[in-house]
Amino acid sequence: MNFANTVSWRHMLSMACLLLLLAIVLPITLDAFRLNLVGKYLTYAFVAIGLVLCWGMGGILSLGQGVFFGLGGYCMAMFLKLESSTPEATAIQSTPGIPDFMDWNQITELPALWIPFQSLTLTLIAIIAVPVLFAFLIGVAMFKRRVSGVYFAIITQAIAAILTILIVGQQGYTGGVNGITDLRTFMGWDIRSDGAKTVLYFVTIAFLCLVVFMAQFISRSKLGRLLVAVRDQEDRVRFSGYEVANIKIFIFCVAAAFSAIGGALFTLQVGFMSPTLVGIVPSIEMVIYCAVGGRLSILGAIYGTLLVNWAKTSLSESFPELWLFGLGALFIAVVMIFPKGLAGVANSLADRFRKPRLDVASSPDMPTPVDDSNASSTPLTSTTHQSATRHSRPGSAVHGAAGAAGDIGA
Amino acid sequence: MSIRTNTDYMLALTDLSVSFDGFKAVDDLNLFVDENEIRVIIGPNGAGKTTVLDLICGKTRSDSGSIKFWNEEISHLNEPRIVHKGIGRKFQTPSIYEDLSVFENLELSYPRGHDVFGALFFKRDSEVSDRLQEVAESVFLEDHLDKQAALLSHGQKQWLEIGMLLIQNPKLLMLDEPVAGMSISEREKTAELLNRITRERSVLVVEHDMKFVEDIAHKVTVLHQGRILAEGDMDTVQNNPDVIEVYLGH
Amino acid sequence: MFSDYSWAELGSIFAMQGFAGLSLFSVYLLMALGLAIIFGQMGVINMAHGEFMILGAYVTYLCSNMVQQYLPFLFGGYFFVAIVLAFIVTAALGALVEWLLIRHLYKRPLDTLLATWGLSLILQQLYRTIFGAREVGVDLPSWMLGSISANDMIDIPINGLVVMSITLLIALGVYLLMFRSGFGRQTRAVVQNRVMAGAVGINTEKVDRLTFSLGCGIAGIAGSAFTMVGSTGPTAGQLYIVDTFLVVVFGGAASLLGTVASAFTISQAQSTLEFFLSGSMAKVLTLVTVVVILMLRPQGLFASKVRR
Repeated sequence: MNFANTVSWRHMLSMACLLLLLAIVLPITLDAFRLNLVGKYLTYAFVAIGLVLCWGMGGILSLGQGVFFGLGGYCMAMFLKLESSTPEATAIQSTPGIPDFMDWNQITELPALWIPFQSLTLTLIAIIAVPVLFAFLIGVAMFKRRVSGVYFAIITQAIAAILTILIVGQQGYTGGVNGITDLRTFMGWDIRSDGAKTVLYFVTIAFLCLVVFMAQFISRSKLGRLLVAVRDQEDRVRFSGYEVANIKIFIFCVAAAFSAIGGALFTLQVGFMSPTLVGIVPSIEMVIYCAVGGRLSILGAIYGTLLVNWAKTSLSESFPELWLFGLGALFIAVVMIFPKGLAGVANSLADRFRKPRLDVASSPDMPTPVDDSNASSTPLTSTTHQSATRHSRPGSAVHGAAGAAGDIGA
Repeated sequence: MSIRTNTDYMLALTDLSVSFDGFKAVDDLNLFVDENEIRVIIGPNGAGKTTVLDLICGKTRSDSGSIKFWNEEISHLNEPRIVHKGIGRKFQTPSIYEDLSVFENLELSYPRGHDVFGALFFKRDSEVSDRLQEVAESVFLEDHLDKQAALLSHGQKQWLEIGMLLIQNPKLLMLDEPVAGMSISEREKTAELLNRITRERSVLVVEHDMKFVEDIAHKVTVLHQGRILAEGDMDTVQNNPDVIEVYLGH
Repeated sequence: MFSDYSWAELGSIFAMQGFAGLSLFSVYLLMALGLAIIFGQMGVINMAHGEFMILGAYVTYLCSNMVQQYLPFLFGGYFFVAIVLAFIVTAALGALVEWLLIRHLYKRPLDTLLATWGLSLILQQLYRTIFGAREVGVDLPSWMLGSISANDMIDIPINGLVVMSITLLIALGVYLLMFRSGFGRQTRAVVQNRVMAGAVGINTEKVDRLTFSLGCGIAGIAGSAFTMVGSTGPTAGQLYIVDTFLVVVFGGAASLLGTVASAFTISQAQSTLEFFLSGSMAKVLTLVTVVVILMLRPQGLFASKVRR
């Protein structure tokens, strides 16, 4: 038997379904405004994918992922802001050539913090390096001292709160509560036109594919199985000779890097960056995207992000007061009623349509009975269950591994 | 025969003490284990047996005293480093990765690719699978490689954990109540397994089951209130009046 | 930042800000006591704790309005009635939440965190629907207004003193309840060994429910105290949840004395720094300090060494 090939075939199929939806169906059916909205949602999916690795697999719940999203986004926004603040464009300011909000705050010289962002190369490096370095410092401080579980969650939340207060308070350097707004061009290219937004949408998809590929490489490597092992039996991993802290630091940094890419793409597509995307509330909302997708499913995280944001947008348009009730109920439901999220629903549907195979009868990822009605009323489900995302769950990797082992052993 | 010095022992604990919140769990303990010796630690509940294992493997830090392994101080090392020195530890309750298969449980214990990038680019070659197959056979699990570990019986889980230790090929194996909760036949198989796998290594066992202790022990150490009450072969210890007092009297 | 002031002035500033921080200390301590009971004793993270506090604040607000309207001659004493009512209402909601939500999640602390966050969103929206999005303030009876002048620079606000006295009484009551009563013994028994506690005849489910609702009830009292510090709005509770968690963790989750000390330290630091820096920078500096200290000493300030 060659189960490993079956797995990769399934993987190709579900990836193809996702690409079909994102790259063909949505661009054809949606107008430019809606497509840009989807593009914005997809930038949150970068965070959700990071959380699949970090929380779903590794059991490290960070309630501060907005911090990394924001750092990536702010790095990009600083570059774009400097580009649009030419001396000619800002001639009416008392100090021409610096961003407008600095002028309003009586700053007369570009702060040193901003100078590297005059260069595109340095900006692109900073988008990844700044959040990763920050995540590394947090990770070393916490994981080396074995802070984990709810303590880690609360401290990351506190960090999100601190950074938000800091950004809002330091108006002259950060644009304050409004954030960095009025971003117009990227290397002379007008990013506000419909055409540019469509191009940026596809750029986002390209980066999303790259991130999905990297996440799947990690989840299928021995490191992926180690993460699951750390989640379930941290001490055993330590007594098998692994430095558990290093594993955690690494995956936390990877999640931070993914979030930062999402943040930078957000700034490009939406044309601003503000502290409302950094704080406690957005950070924990990003956790729910991942949970709705199914915590362990990389592609599920993308569907989860799209679904929650689609629901948010349509509910807030018509019944704004209902949205918080809905979101609150979603948090509770995803924990109590369908903890395996969309991926669990998809799996149980897939299993219903498929003749049970003898060799997967004892499947560890056989979903617990899930209330299908939770998701079947939503339009995205039709695409979701085709792309049953089992392959990306560590449980399935078991069979790939065990099958391969069987081949060698025989 | 000349007087032996510490350096002759594989493992030498000297004047080891630790207290928790004022309670002395281990009190000035001196314990020496030879190469290829099977040593069993017995004692009533709360005697500090598990704490001694915790101290050796780095789970708990001692307040004072020294732990030397092949004459090298290891009390300041962290757990993974101690593992790399050649000390393996099995826990009281089976501690295995329930979500992974038996094969993957063993694979994660294979002593290669221990750093982050080593794990990321780890390749499962024939050397690995051969070794895994061999260990799986020795712990009676060769027919269950594909099985999810959570689905194993309690005894099988204990064996899997022993197998995960064997893969590392430790020089000193520490087992905390390896036969607790096992059926009689499983217990006999385990005794046979331990006798087989201890040929080229030392073993330190904490156990309550006297029948099992008799089967395997070369030498028995009786702990009481964090101190050594008696030490010697099974007969000597069983006839020691202090030991009888602790176990039977009040 | 200190160089502009003389030593005498600095002393007065510290004392003044210290007394001004008493109300904040009361809110922090009451919030933290509730959280510490729930988290320290049960290992449950209640992210809706701030909303329970706000419920207590709304109860106080309603009580104040009712008394003013129908029983104006009793207005001087309404605050004590409000405290009792706030406790009863929030404790009842707490018991309901424990029964519906928490008891299903005892072994999944991270999931409890998410579920109670969902609960907090629902409660916030509920408050907004019922009381409106605007913040409401509470009128104080005349005897609680004003302050005692210690010297020409230091004024001690009376309401702060009253609230702090009540807070300390409650803290003492909690201590007696948890460490000197049968209920406290049962709770601690359940914490240490749930199965064994059940086996010796303790109704563990009942203990869990009572503990959770007690923690929530104390948050309700914190809400009454909160009306002295700030105005009550649907989302006001969310601002306090992070601070309060830091208070609990900083003090060492299982230690009541630690909770008192850490609530005092953090509220005083914040209040004092606010005089010298802007409010937001004072908050940043306090939080950063606490987080850094927690990184150096993750078990909190008052935890003891145990066998892991």
